[in-house]
Amino acid sequence: MYEFDWSSIPGALPFLWDGMKISLEITLTAVVIGIVWGTLLAMMRLSSLKPLALFAAGYVNLFRAVPLVMVLLWFFLIVPKFIEQLFGLPPGTDLRLTSAMIGFALFESAYYSEIIRAGIQSVPKGQMAACSALGMTYGQAMRLVILPQAFRNMVPLLLTQAIILFQDTSLVYVSALADFFGAAYKVGDRDGRLVELLLFAGAVYFVICFAASTVVKRLQKKFHPA
Amino acid sequence: MNYQWHWGVFLQPSASGDDTYLGWMLSGLKMTIALSLSAWVLALALGALIGVLRTAPNKWLAGFATAYVELFRNIPLLVQLFIWYFVLPELLPESIGNAYKQSNPMLQQFLASMICLALFTSARVAEQVRAGINSLPKGQKNAGLALGFTLPQTYRFVILPMAFRLVVPPLTSEFLNIFKNSAVCSTIGLLELAAQGRQLVDYTAQPYESFIAVTVAYLLINVTVMFLMRKVEHRVAVPGYLGGK
Repeated sequence: MYEFDWSSIPGALPFLWDGMKISLEITLTAVVIGIVWGTLLAMMRLSSLKPLALFAAGYVNLFRAVPLVMVLLWFFLIVPKFIEQLFGLPPGTDLRLTSAMIGFALFESAYYSEIIRAGIQSVPKGQMAACSALGMTYGQAMRLVILPQAFRNMVPLLLTQAIILFQDTSLVYVSALADFFGAAYKVGDRDGRLVELLLFAGAVYFVICFAASTVVKRLQKKFHPA
Repeated sequence: MNYQWHWGVFLQPSASGDDTYLGWMLSGLKMTIALSLSAWVLALALGALIGVLRTAPNKWLAGFATAYVELFRNIPLLVQLFIWYFVLPELLPESIGNAYKQSNPMLQQFLASMICLALFTSARVAEQVRAGINSLPKGQKNAGLALGFTLPQTYRFVILPMAFRLVVPPLTSEFLNIFKNSAVCSTIGLLELAAQGRQLVDYTAQPYESFIAVTVAYLLINVTVMFLMRKVEHRVAVPGYLGGK
């Protein structure tokens, strides 16, 4: 039987914590940019201007058809070259974290925009008609009446997507960036204790995501008492 | 940027000599499809079972099913994959573990990937099946029981024939996801589509052509699956429900 040896974990905790900070940093940027850009995409998609609606539909469908791993590989290939040229940075500057953040943000906006589009569509039509009757412009109606109600309905879904996003950040492994999972893998590989470190990483993700989704479920009950 | 485009690269003989780079891509595509389909069949069977158990009146069965779903939904796919691939063989009894580790590495990668994708997806399928069962009016179950059916009979003849037809549309997106998620298996060295794409970058130094080809292949898979599932959805739609005839 395999003999477990957990002794390499306590000493590695600071390093793992640094990794966790990277995971959380990527999650937070992607959630914030994803919601802002996703809202714009959703509004474009629902707009009566054909080119805008087509662009948004194409963007969302493209990103939703391609695996996240592929998107990340694309961004690790293109973004560093692009940014180096744009800001005149010396080649070989470590832009993996920036690339990961941009990649996740643009990828997740496609998913967020679908949630937000459904949220906007769930607001009764009479609300928009009432705004027009009161003399509000489209922008005012969206900002003051429609979006506040839509977002209230969407909070649980947006948070659930954030939990999925947090799990997905482990895929930055493909760029050898030391996020929490990358850090755990490195420690396990160095000490020959991959089994323990992988199980530890799985347990940590489980505790965080399970706790977060329990909180989201509570919120859901509070917003929509069944 | 002054990038030298060279699409002819796919027709060049590959580094291994017996194939073209296009051949590498196609073998990756085959692997992606074989892996996703086999994992999908397992996920459907397991997911249907767990989904039914979640609605069971027995607390232990329902509790087990809930724990199963929570376990597979709250750990990232990549971590699950590494646990199947690196951890499980170590925890097996030594004789079985050693025999497994000496088997064909490609077989090991494929098995770990298939089991991982199947169980990961089955938890999501189970949630859809449960939602389908719960969406049926309570009267259906009560009517079955009132007619003298036992609970298993009620499931077998009344609830499941309806529920399975209702869950087909939401399962389409899970089916699409399993193809996309199979790209994660490139991380343990399985030579599926994404892995072949990266290998092509290393061998040909034509990153854009390789990545574009792989991306287009995923788009094609996506379009094909959507087209086929729309036909299936149309066939099984329940008359009288939204989307029904």
